[in-house]
Amino acid sequence: MIPSTLYTGVLYGLLELWYWVMTQTWKLTGLAMISPEYTFMHRAILVGLCIGVMAPVIGTFLVHRQLALIGDALAHTAFAGVAVGLFLNGVFTIGVSPYLTAVVVAVIAALSIELISETTDAYNDVSMAIVLSTGFALGSTLISLNAGGLAVGINQYLFGNLSTVSADNAVILLVLFAIIVVTVAITRNQLLYVTFDETAAAVAGFSVTWYNRIMVMLTALVVVGAMQIMGVILVAAMLVVPVAGATQLSRSFRESIFVSIALAELAVLLGIGLAYYAEATAGGVIVLVAVALYGCAVAIGKLLDRLGPESSPTVAPIQAEDDTTAD
Amino acid sequence: MEELRMTKPPVIDLDGVTFGYTQTPVIEDISISVAGGEYVAVVGPNGSGKSTLMKLSLGLLSPDDGNARLFGNPAASFDDGQRIGYVAQHASATKAMPITVREVVKMGRFPHVGFGSLSATDWEIVDRALERVGMSAFADRRITQLSGGQRQRAFIARALAGEAELLVLDEPTVGVDAESVVSFYELLDQLSADGITILLIEHDLNAVTDHVNRVICLNRTVYFDGPTETFVQSDALDRAFGAVSVQ
Repeated sequence: MIPSTLYTGVLYGLLELWYWVMTQTWKLTGLAMISPEYTFMHRAILVGLCIGVMAPVIGTFLVHRQLALIGDALAHTAFAGVAVGLFLNGVFTIGVSPYLTAVVVAVIAALSIELISETTDAYNDVSMAIVLSTGFALGSTLISLNAGGLAVGINQYLFGNLSTVSADNAVILLVLFAIIVVTVAITRNQLLYVTFDETAAAVAGFSVTWYNRIMVMLTALVVVGAMQIMGVILVAAMLVVPVAGATQLSRSFRESIFVSIALAELAVLLGIGLAYYAEATAGGVIVLVAVALYGCAVAIGKLLDRLGPESSPTVAPIQAEDDTTAD
Repeated sequence: MEELRMTKPPVIDLDGVTFGYTQTPVIEDISISVAGGEYVAVVGPNGSGKSTLMKLSLGLLSPDDGNARLFGNPAASFDDGQRIGYVAQHASATKAMPITVREVVKMGRFPHVGFGSLSATDWEIVDRALERVGMSAFADRRITQLSGGQRQRAFIARALAGEAELLVLDEPTVGVDAESVVSFYELLDQLSADGITILLIEHDLNAVTDHVNRVICLNRTVYFDGPTETFVQSDALDRAFGAVSVQ
């Protein structure tokens, strides 16, 4: 399914390296869940760690643009994408990964949300609601058309599953992760400006339309990547909950990104661990842990506000242009 | 030197501009020109098209009819963001985004650095802009913790950090307490004295007439365009505001 080029060789090589790291960690810690016979857990942890970075990074921009629910809308369309993939496999037996069709459908849906907003003057949440419903309607219709063949595997996409993260899926995730991290690293200035003040960003010469489109497309990629273990229904939580927690604890934007990554990683690792030992669905446990961490963040944030009332500095007098360079 | 100034195109140049969001024009056949260094206020009642005029001037909207030029170039395709600073009605903003004053001012350098990072010189410019508006002590505060007046100073600092030649302010003192408004205008006076072109969209007429050199009174069309002293003595305001009740 993935052409065997040098690049894919490198990616599978990275995966092998990760197995080795996990095995060494197992030798040191003796943790049963990462024993070498459970390579699916090694992959699940790798995928989880990547989600713990990319979801809160993108989520930080979304939450502060008041687009917290876009992840939910795109997850439902990604579900339609999975259904399209399964349908194509079922009808034409072409062996395409449902995750790849999910990427394509989710990116199209992401652009549709932007286009509906741009062309109809509708509120963003209206276009999200339309796309969300269309996605789920398409997904459920395709499944019902070929119920015998499709319904079997659909649960793993709805609720996520640690044990179904195949090597191919892990490699797809690594590619998505690289695209997201590199794009955000390059366009961080523009994304921040557009998030904080759209009009000022436009005046500053940045194409707000294009950066909005980039943002929603990256969201689509995160959603599909995270869907593997989070499931369609809970994937949006990783975009929002750690960011909401970080907002309570951080003063600067930069700090809020790092804190949200820390909270997300903690939720992912504790969640996968607890899910493994309790034999529960990982997506649900991860979200519960993330919400618990959010609760702690709110409490700590309130406590810090109370304990350390900052002294209020006074505004200094306005300086003439030469004054500032004189000293 | 005088010759050079003469050959410089106007900073803002609207020629017969008409614009409407629907069939009814919000702005009709407006021709104004703002030269470098001018300190201009656009006044008018609510819904008179002040903000639309500003958006047309900055190329955020394209005229249905007529021409809008910015620094001599078509405004809609003008992309030299380094030359313009923009301050909106942020004072009452409640966006709970964790971002410090320094991070906001830093954005002024973004048009200069593009996809890159700020250099040591860029950071110096940021710090100098903060110092200039008297906000250095607040640099590491969250912008949401500031009062309306302090917040607007931070946004002015962002424009200064961008080394803007044109500063456009859209009703900047809405939601700002009276005392802070006074010092805010002192700051604008100072910037004007330094040669920055200022276009101020304002509702508060008293504040405007005490500070700017030129007033444009607007209500769909231009009711007055001239020196502040002449505006105060004219009946342009009554006519412009009267036009609203007629509509």
